[in-house]
Amino acid sequence: MTALAEGVAGAGSVAPPTPVRAGRRRGGAWRITVLVVVGLYFLIPLAAPIWFTVRDRGAGAFTGRYYAQIPGAAGFAEAFGRSLALGLLTVVLVLALMVPTIVLVELRLPRLRTAVELLTLAPLVVPPIALVVGVRSVLSWAPDHFYGTPVGDAMFALQEPALPWILVLVYVVLALPFVYRALDAGVRNAGLATLTEAARNLGASWPRVLLTVVLPVLRTSVLNASFLTLALVLGEYTVAAILGFQTFPTWIVQVGGSQPQLSVAVSVLSLVVTWALLLLISALDRRRRNEETS
Amino acid sequence: MTTAPATGRAQAVSAQPGVAVRLENLTRRFGDVVALDGLDLDIAGGELLALLGPSGCGKTTALRAIAGFERPDAGRVLVGDRDVTSVPPSKRDMGMVFQAYSLFPNMTVADNVAYGLRVRGRGKPERAARATELLELVGLADRAKRYPHQLSGGQQQRVALARALAVAPQVLLLDEPLSALDAQVRVQLREEIRRLQLELGITTVFVTHDQAEALSMADRVGVMRAGRLEQVASPDELYERPATAFVAEFVGTMNRVPATLSGGAVELLGVRRPVAGAAPATGPVVALVRPEALVVTDGGAGRVVTRTFSGAVTRVLVALPDGTEVRVDVASADSAALVPGAAVTVTPVERPVLVAPVEP
Repeated sequence: MTALAEGVAGAGSVAPPTPVRAGRRRGGAWRITVLVVVGLYFLIPLAAPIWFTVRDRGAGAFTGRYYAQIPGAAGFAEAFGRSLALGLLTVVLVLALMVPTIVLVELRLPRLRTAVELLTLAPLVVPPIALVVGVRSVLSWAPDHFYGTPVGDAMFALQEPALPWILVLVYVVLALPFVYRALDAGVRNAGLATLTEAARNLGASWPRVLLTVVLPVLRTSVLNASFLTLALVLGEYTVAAILGFQTFPTWIVQVGGSQPQLSVAVSVLSLVVTWALLLLISALDRRRRNEETS
Repeated sequence: MTTAPATGRAQAVSAQPGVAVRLENLTRRFGDVVALDGLDLDIAGGELLALLGPSGCGKTTALRAIAGFERPDAGRVLVGDRDVTSVPPSKRDMGMVFQAYSLFPNMTVADNVAYGLRVRGRGKPERAARATELLELVGLADRAKRYPHQLSGGQQQRVALARALAVAPQVLLLDEPLSALDAQVRVQLREEIRRLQLELGITTVFVTHDQAEALSMADRVGVMRAGRLEQVASPDELYERPATAFVAEFVGTMNRVPATLSGGAVELLGVRRPVAGAAPATGPVVALVRPEALVVTDGGAGRVVTRTFSGAVTRVLVALPDGTEVRVDVASADSAALVPGAAVTVTPVERPVLVAPVEP
């Protein structure tokens, strides 16, 4: 929009000096308008829930009691802890899967790059609802079909409500597009081919090369990928709800029916926590960078 | 060839001098491209051998086959008596310096140098001592705590050299390590590499496309073309007695002068000279003559086009009556009259002349 506004202002510059200044002023006005509109677009949905949770309707004053209720709310600790565990497991699994894959494609199989890219895009094309319906039919059919066999046992274990591993597996798939893109950006600029050859030449085994050279070089990309994955899992509702597991998002929705303010307060808090996490990660990364440059 | 005795600073830095390397019938194809075409090469212990050639001639592939990064389709790589053809690069005990900057950006200079020792499970005090020792050897002891991006290109390549030598490898491999540096640093560093190599007596293979680098540093130079060695010889021999027309033209400056073969002699520039090496049939050929093997005299049908002063020697470009241009080196003290436009005659000195077939 701003570019468009500048283009319009630029078109005016064919005319003598005075209209140009008018054009610039018009451009400035445009910019402010755009900024205000975009700002409101983001701020109103943020401000509304905060207003909703701090207003004491009875007394007509402000209150923090809905936030104070969160730690003690029934089911909160359990659901949040479970989502956090699912998130961390997903991060570990998706990185263990994608870091070696991307490094392998970069160093040995560059011809497969397009194929891998398309494959990781698939989760964006297939709607999660289609994915989860498929998963659900397998989960309802397989345990009976394989009953008494190790496969059947595994199917039951995957659906353990305390820590549903099936969600980790589905989340890994959903996180692929984001993780691939974050890592790929890092790999392309890192000159990994020479670095890994240097390490191999000095006697390092492949696992050692990955741990001591590749991962540190890709640190920023790995952090980005981890954060995106964690944020995705902490906010994912559809899959968990349809498969009938209680996670942090499904708990928020469930609580919302009876205690709307509490539910919204938790949402606001989770937003703040997510932001804090993002800032923390980028601050840590910046500090380490500064140490290296000082 | 001969190994200089380890002296001075380098004596303390243990190395494994004098391991011979042998390439036998090394073949490597990339699709339809033959990068190595049955390459045979013997590198003596402690020798610095340069592989020289145009890009795509297979010199880097040969080096990577020695390092273990390219698995040959056929042939063997022997280090000493050991066949390492199927040994992975991490177990070959070779130090390599790469063309691109290859220092680990997340580690300090000292950690980079000590990396190979850490991989080998050496203790921290030993690693620190060895890193200091090698950084002193390359003159960068005061940069131990810096990170790679805080160093200049030349310093980075010195650290890379220290890192490669820290593990006391059997063989040192240099893959165009100077090509990314500016001219002054390049000359300085190539002298330094040669000095270190002589002090340590380590067998070294150096890949380059820069003939000045190869000729100035190496005990012997192998000139490669299309996956094969055209000639392996000392720099002097390569320059004075090139085995083929390709070597003659690739090494140093060479004039191509139209000539005629008859009766075992070659006629060029109006005089007859004996033919060097095996002569083809009789008839028209191209004579290959160095700028210093031509003499310019005043008066004649030739015209001076340009003169380029470079210290003791001035190079004069002369246009011959048939349109051929030749470069002639003249002592600068005698070149005052050779201004552009001057009429001159060019004659080859009394010496056998190398000839090549006329290209269509």
